[in-house]
Amino acid sequence: MRAAVLGIGWHGFRPSVPELSFAEMMYEAAVRAYEDAGVEAREDIDVFVSCQEDFWEGIAISDEFAPDPIGGVMRPTMTVAGDGLQCVGQAFMMIRSGLAEVVAVETHAKPSDVKTLQGVYELALDPQLRTLGPGNPLFPAGLDAVAYMKRSGAEREHLALVAVKNRNRGLRNARAPHAARITIEDVMASEPVVYPLTAYEIAGYTDVAVNVVIASERKARELKGEPVWLEGIWWSTEVGSGTMEWHEWGRMPSMKAAAREAYRQAGISDPRRQTDFAEVEDRFSFMELLSLEELGLAPEGAHRLLEAGHFDAKGGYPVNPSGGSLSLGTSFEATGLVRLLEAVLQLRGKAGGTQVEGERAIVASWRGVPTYTSIVAVLSR
Amino acid sequence: MGIPGRYVKEEELKRMAGVIEYKPTAKYAYSAGQALSVFLKGLREGKIVGRTCNSCRRIMVPPREFCEYCHSPAGEWVELPGTGRVETASVSYISARRAKLREPEVVAIIRLDAPGYRGDEPDFPGIFHRLCGVTEEEVKGGKVFGARVRPRWRPEGERRGSITDIECFERW
Repeated sequence: MRAAVLGIGWHGFRPSVPELSFAEMMYEAAVRAYEDAGVEAREDIDVFVSCQEDFWEGIAISDEFAPDPIGGVMRPTMTVAGDGLQCVGQAFMMIRSGLAEVVAVETHAKPSDVKTLQGVYELALDPQLRTLGPGNPLFPAGLDAVAYMKRSGAEREHLALVAVKNRNRGLRNARAPHAARITIEDVMASEPVVYPLTAYEIAGYTDVAVNVVIASERKARELKGEPVWLEGIWWSTEVGSGTMEWHEWGRMPSMKAAAREAYRQAGISDPRRQTDFAEVEDRFSFMELLSLEELGLAPEGAHRLLEAGHFDAKGGYPVNPSGGSLSLGTSFEATGLVRLLEAVLQLRGKAGGTQVEGERAIVASWRGVPTYTSIVAVLSR
Repeated sequence: MGIPGRYVKEEELKRMAGVIEYKPTAKYAYSAGQALSVFLKGLREGKIVGRTCNSCRRIMVPPREFCEYCHSPAGEWVELPGTGRVETASVSYISARRAKLREPEVVAIIRLDAPGYRGDEPDFPGIFHRLCGVTEEEVKGGKVFGARVRPRWRPEGERRGSITDIECFERW
């Protein structure tokens, strides 16, 4: 049984949403998604899945807070400690196996509620390594960026160009609070936060809640909605964060592995020709180039295609037409669903000022430092 | 009476290889949100307010923007008298930090009086709080169950929009 994204709803998309609690944001996103899908929360949804992480929430056993705002009280609700796309993966399996006909997937993030982000990042490091006190917690991104540049031959200007492309593109997207009119010169004149990455090349934070309704083909046809088909989705985790010494620096094998399986499910052998555009990981500028290589959307040295404008919205293969995470911001475990939202709107032809042409898209996300988990999805209309 | 083995002092434990001491830095400022903000402001004014579900008509205390059973938006606000009955109670002897409490603490769920409620509904507006002037024996024997109680408010100037604006619930 094919699976479809039948409804999608969101609330927030501001660096801070002080007027609503996280639960109220979850409710607002859920109501919109269920309206979009044409489903009744308490009647039509078989299973509810929430992706969240206790320390981001500031609540122990935060799973228990998941059901109420999304209609899941006294119903099967499960929580996955991972990116929202991993929850979509759970929904995909439930629909494909015939266990469920309609699954609601929820993620939310209120980075503005966390007053010691640095401290929480540090807690994600291995306890032994943590005591080293490695300064800025984003340092693993710097390590990967330098290794990537050395391997690929990309210069700092190429990384800057990713930030310029995506931050400017986001000016067309009403959901992108971190969009900015910037130039290569602005980026190059800026002091790196973690070498070689400047603040322009590191995504900001955004408060958001996203809810997605995944349905079987049968149900999607019955409800006469606007299905976007979920052709494949897979994820992978490398050697854990606790042993980051063993990460393959300058590469992201987890993304390659996730892509391989997602493509197999979707029957894709040549992603560059068989897909039309992609929303890919870019919370650090270099990650867009690295992701394109690992996804098979560019040969090694993706920066040469970038320079040629190939990944522009009007280029041969648009990458991050939404403005990417550099414009939309990162939202803890909701980051992947934000990118899915943008791809779904594109495929429905409802992306407004960021609309590009395309029948089939790739969505690729990563859980961010210091994790090595990546998720890849293939969508079509 | 001896327990087998040797007591290890805390300093000794810290010197042992394989123990890493770490103090997390994790601070949060939770947005209370639309519904709970009104509730907290009410407490500051010495009032307990609840929210009605437009669909099933239940009154929610603590209040919410939505009814989780109907998954529909909440409707009007109602001020409750604050009085109620003890639904269940227990006694704490040890603090959350594992220290023995000087005085055992009686905690309870209060079923609040509310218009339209008979008092035997499985779902009711309620508050989790301390009970004052109740002995351990009254709790253990279940005698305090059903007792009429009301909030003992802190003096107006000391209230700051928190659940602790109510010192405890007491009999009346």
